[in-house]
Amino acid sequence: MASITLDNVGKVYPGGTRAIGDVNMDIADGEFIVLVGPSGCGKSTLLRMVAGLESITDGTVKIGDRVVNEVEPADRDIAMVFQNYALYPHMTVRQNLEYGLKNRRTPRDEIARRVEEAAGILQIGQYLDRKPRALSGGQRQRVAMGRAIVREPAAFLFDEPLSNLDAKLRVTMRLEIKDLQRRLRTTSLYVTHDQLEAMTLADRLVVLNMGRVEQIGTPLEVYRKPASTFVAGFIGSPAMNLISSRAVPHLPGSAHAGLLGIRPEDLVVDPAGAIELKITAVEELGAQRLVHGLVGGEDFTVTMPSDAALGDSLTLSVPAQALHRFDKESGLRLD
Amino acid sequence: MKRTIFRNQLLPWLLLAPQLAITFIFFLWPAAQAVWQSFLREDAFGINSTFVWFENYRRLWGSAEYLNSMKVTLIFAVSVTVLSMGVALLMAVAVDRMLRSTRIYTTLLVWPYAVAPAVAGILWWFIFNPTVGIMPYVLGQMGIRWNHISNPDQAMTLVVIASAWKQISYNFLFFVAGLQAIPASLREAAAIDGAGPIKRFFTITFPLLSPTTFFLLVVNIVYSMFETFAVIDSTTEGGPAQATNIMVYKVYFDGFIGQNMGSSGAQSVILMLIVIALTVIQFRYVEKKVEY
Repeated sequence: MASITLDNVGKVYPGGTRAIGDVNMDIADGEFIVLVGPSGCGKSTLLRMVAGLESITDGTVKIGDRVVNEVEPADRDIAMVFQNYALYPHMTVRQNLEYGLKNRRTPRDEIARRVEEAAGILQIGQYLDRKPRALSGGQRQRVAMGRAIVREPAAFLFDEPLSNLDAKLRVTMRLEIKDLQRRLRTTSLYVTHDQLEAMTLADRLVVLNMGRVEQIGTPLEVYRKPASTFVAGFIGSPAMNLISSRAVPHLPGSAHAGLLGIRPEDLVVDPAGAIELKITAVEELGAQRLVHGLVGGEDFTVTMPSDAALGDSLTLSVPAQALHRFDKESGLRLD
Repeated sequence: MKRTIFRNQLLPWLLLAPQLAITFIFFLWPAAQAVWQSFLREDAFGINSTFVWFENYRRLWGSAEYLNSMKVTLIFAVSVTVLSMGVALLMAVAVDRMLRSTRIYTTLLVWPYAVAPAVAGILWWFIFNPTVGIMPYVLGQMGIRWNHISNPDQAMTLVVIASAWKQISYNFLFFVAGLQAIPASLREAAAIDGAGPIKRFFTITFPLLSPTTFFLLVVNIVYSMFETFAVIDSTTEGGPAQATNIMVYKVYFDGFIGQNMGSSGAQSVILMLIVIALTVIQFRYVEKKVEY
């Protein structure tokens, strides 16, 4: 159990390319932090820097009270779950679980106890003598988690652990990971590009873009008060509408803001509303429908109940507190 | 598998004919000749030959020279295989750790494979030549007297080095490919699991390389037993005192220099059986047993 502190952490590759810049983060003991961002934003690199698999060129990473910049991965007291699980294919499940403990010269009865316990938690007891290739994707995923659990580390690091699973299994495993982390209360750092996974798992989210932190906050904070247009567009599905204030001149509160953000689900049909939507396409999702169109010549989406009657256009309004205002140049939130 | 139906009965045979002809003329016919030869005994002048059943084989088992040749072959094959595979693996691991200029290094390391065995033999013969070679000079400075012409162990060392040197490139290429097929995340996981670089190599990398290693093991044994003829012929000619007279060289020597066709035939039949055994092992296990 330990906190993790990132202090002005940066990484510059030998060629001069900057991968990570000035990341500051305090992760409390037992907290579940999700690093989320589009591919290439540096989230995996940052995780691997904490793991010790990538060098840190600027700043310091602390696990507990110890600066670990120059500490070998083995000595950082962390366990990592890889995207491809990285199970040792020539070893049985039991040997996979035991490997890290044996390397640390854990007493034999202690190893047996921990393996039994982890196998019980993850319900992989009957597969202990199988090789990884004889397991399904979900079972492999569990073994990968088991390998992290038996180590009883100070922190878990997850590198997109669910992205190789099919959609249904991903939802199940997501719940299991969340449940497991609640029970074990182990500090966790989790990388994903899936905003839904990020929202559901995180105590706090870290939204990364181009190697920099855009926003840190609880899922609701990030959803309700996105710090920038990037976060606004990335978190939430369907994505928040971002239109220039010129497109909706009569909307109250639109003045003095370059860009307005309105979530598709915050809009209400209102004949007296200030938003005129010219419908161009409708997507049927079953429980609701997505109505796409143009507002003042700019792309706009609104979610509607599936039984709503639709013509060629809609007149909409938005509650004042649901209006997000951003600076046009910097993309930063105004207020 | 794609199947083609031929209307004309003759055409498939016609298409197969060149391959069948080559197999028959250059492989099956000489092999049959060798088997036939091994049952014959010629008189001293090579005029008459008599059918003697297994007499040639029986004599081989009683021949100290032949048993010695088997022992020499065993030592030679094991040494060449271990040396060439060991060095190749070491180099492959080094290349695998390199981030840049891997390609150039790999390309340079492949060159020796393009050198003809006889040329390789001559090359090493010059380097180790007791009179003009550089190695005897260097070794002499260190107080070691090098003369492979009279010292059996040194002669063996020379042919082992010359033969292994040529095979390193080939092994190296396979090892590099094998290493690169192992996902980096496995080694990273092992590093996080507390295994140091050496432990990582022996518990993760090497076991995962086993299909490559086993394949190369068979290939190298075959190479050292059968394809090193030119190296031996251009350096030691089997000497001194039979010290480097491997079985393949003895087949040639007894048959073409000694003109004892019967014995030579019997020896080549034995070699043929060894090759068949190795091939069976290769096909049986290389793709099934070693898989993880």
